[in-house]
Amino acid sequence: MNPLAALGARSLGVLRSFGHAFFFFIDLIRAMPDAFRRFNLVVVQIHAIGNLSLLIILASGLAVGFVLALQLYYALVTYGASESLGLIVNLSLVRELGPVVTGLLFAGRAGTSLTAEIGLMKAGEQLAAMEMMAIDPKSRVLAPRFLAGVVSMPILAILFSAIGILGAYVVAVVLIGVDAGNFWSIMQSRVDVWRDVANGIVKSAVFGVICTFVALYQGHETEATPEGVAYATTRTVVISSLAVLGMDFILTALMFSTP
Amino acid sequence: MNKRGTETLVGLFVLLGMLGLLFLALKAANLGSFGGGDGYTLTAKFDNIGSLKVRAPVRSAGVTVGRVSSITLDPKSYQGVVQLEINKSVQFPKDSSARILTAGLLGDQYIGLEPGGDEKNLASGDTIGQTQSAVVLESLISQFLFNKAADAGTTAPAPAPAAGAKK
Amino acid sequence: MPSEPHPTDALIEIDHVTFGYDASRTILSDISLSFERGKVTAILGGSGCGKTTLLRLIGGVHAANKGEVRFDGKRIATNDKPALFELRKRLGMLFQFGALFTDLSVFDNVAFPLREQTDLKESMIRDIVLMKLNAVGLRGAAGLRISEVSGGMARRIALARAIALDPECIMYDEPFAGLDLISMGVAANLIRTLNDVTGATSLVVSHDVPECMAISDHVILMAAPGRIVAQGTPKDLMDSMDPEVRQFVRGEPDGPVKFHYPAPPLAQDFGVAAGQAS
Repeated sequence: MNPLAALGARSLGVLRSFGHAFFFFIDLIRAMPDAFRRFNLVVVQIHAIGNLSLLIILASGLAVGFVLALQLYYALVTYGASESLGLIVNLSLVRELGPVVTGLLFAGRAGTSLTAEIGLMKAGEQLAAMEMMAIDPKSRVLAPRFLAGVVSMPILAILFSAIGILGAYVVAVVLIGVDAGNFWSIMQSRVDVWRDVANGIVKSAVFGVICTFVALYQGHETEATPEGVAYATTRTVVISSLAVLGMDFILTALMFSTP
Repeated sequence: MNKRGTETLVGLFVLLGMLGLLFLALKAANLGSFGGGDGYTLTAKFDNIGSLKVRAPVRSAGVTVGRVSSITLDPKSYQGVVQLEINKSVQFPKDSSARILTAGLLGDQYIGLEPGGDEKNLASGDTIGQTQSAVVLESLISQFLFNKAADAGTTAPAPAPAAGAKK
Repeated sequence: MPSEPHPTDALIEIDHVTFGYDASRTILSDISLSFERGKVTAILGGSGCGKTTLLRLIGGVHAANKGEVRFDGKRIATNDKPALFELRKRLGMLFQFGALFTDLSVFDNVAFPLREQTDLKESMIRDIVLMKLNAVGLRGAAGLRISEVSGGMARRIALARAIALDPECIMYDEPFAGLDLISMGVAANLIRTLNDVTGATSLVVSHDVPECMAISDHVILMAAPGRIVAQGTPKDLMDSMDPEVRQFVRGEPDGPVKFHYPAPPLAQDFGVAAGQAS
């Protein structure tokens, strides 16, 4: 095949997989009422996806809070603006780092485990067995996991930001000696619940949809071999991460460009 | 897999999330400082609102007593109509004045309320009579230059031809 | 072809079916078969002859490119979701390695179709599950996790799950593959006994000749690309003089199914002229 034909074939292939993914997404949404009805399944999945990610999210949030406080202090103290440390840490976390870093960690931890689980279920013919028993695997297996992911992500992002702020407090006030009162009051006066906190939550919900969908899709489409599953988990992380970062740019431009 | 245990843990997870949200909203943002919405509305009209934004604070003697709730343009008088939500616990006399001030040298703008001396107070829905618009930097500079030129000796016409000649 | 239901001895009819997953490969070429009610029918053949695909067509997973598949006289329409739903309630399928749900216990696996398809109370479900497990000899294993059971046990648990709703037709996909002789004997015994006791129709897809011959009423031998070589009673096939049948049934390494994968002449690959000793 000459290069041009090959390029054309590949482009068509990419388009086809986009279309396939889109229909998968529609099926997933259509199966959502079933997920709501079988809420006990969703609860089990929230535990697997959310609770078990808590450790890494909290640890990362704390670490990011520490580091932000340290770095920003040294930058701000030059301008005598170290009182604004709390404010800047808060805005950085709540608007950007909370949703984005949580999204990346979520893709790595929960996303890969979802992909592997679904991929192995497919390889072991468990999904086919369910179909033959007249149970739709999308309703029973995929939709509860999707709902659980979309619910867990915002909670994890909130906790990331909250513990980050607390970590920054420890470094700034307890260790460095920034005034505690100013730390909180300047933060409170300039951070807006609707503009900053709520938008951050919206972002994290969008990222939750993206990461969970990509993880489930990759698992569902994987080849039923060990290499296939390994490849699929890698793709989950890469595609989710790129999508999160790209979406973040778009959302930031939409939400925060007009002061 | 203990089903009851799982449900409890998930409940804890969601509860933790809600606590985090409360923390972020109250302690780390401006929701707490507004006191839950029991306020009354006042209106003030300005020729120029400068860069005043909705949710900007309303302060008296530097203390925040309320927020700007809406900014619109009066289509007849072409004045900016600003609605203020004032905390119920603070009352202002009928002849109080409202000015648009800047926090710090280049900070955000807010509304400063100065109380008058009237015995009767402004009620919900009243309009503040005396207002002073925001200071527009360009007008300030051109006024400064104008004054400087006047001080330098010659009368008003001199700057105009000079400006005209320069073009 | 008319498709009104008509009374027939055959529970399942394959009527001139041609099927391929894509245009390049034809898995089944214009084959016609029927499976009698209440009998055990074995489908034998080497790998790639289309036996598993046949099961998928009967289960309504794929639609035939040409021809019809009929269950109890009615045509199987893969796009008619409610009809397919009803069909699958009457079918039980045993997958090759069990396909048990690894996140559930043994009990929950067998209870799965009952919980999903019926509104029975938990106490009734418990009784039924234990009865089914008892039928396959694993009532004591009800509390185990799937990771704790052996291959043979997994196959039996999958069988218990397949018969949980007392289906009219049970399909077995390679039930003997990878089992030791004892487990094979147990499995074969179970298949036959279940069939006789419940009056169900059983389809066994396998390449294990001795076990299948021992338990089947009717045997169908298939070969790639999806054609029927022979069919009849086990005795008919064992006594057959057809070279293809003989090779398969006796397990001869070479015959109509060649030992060597098509290759250039030996001399060419090893660089020696034909006829010279190495």
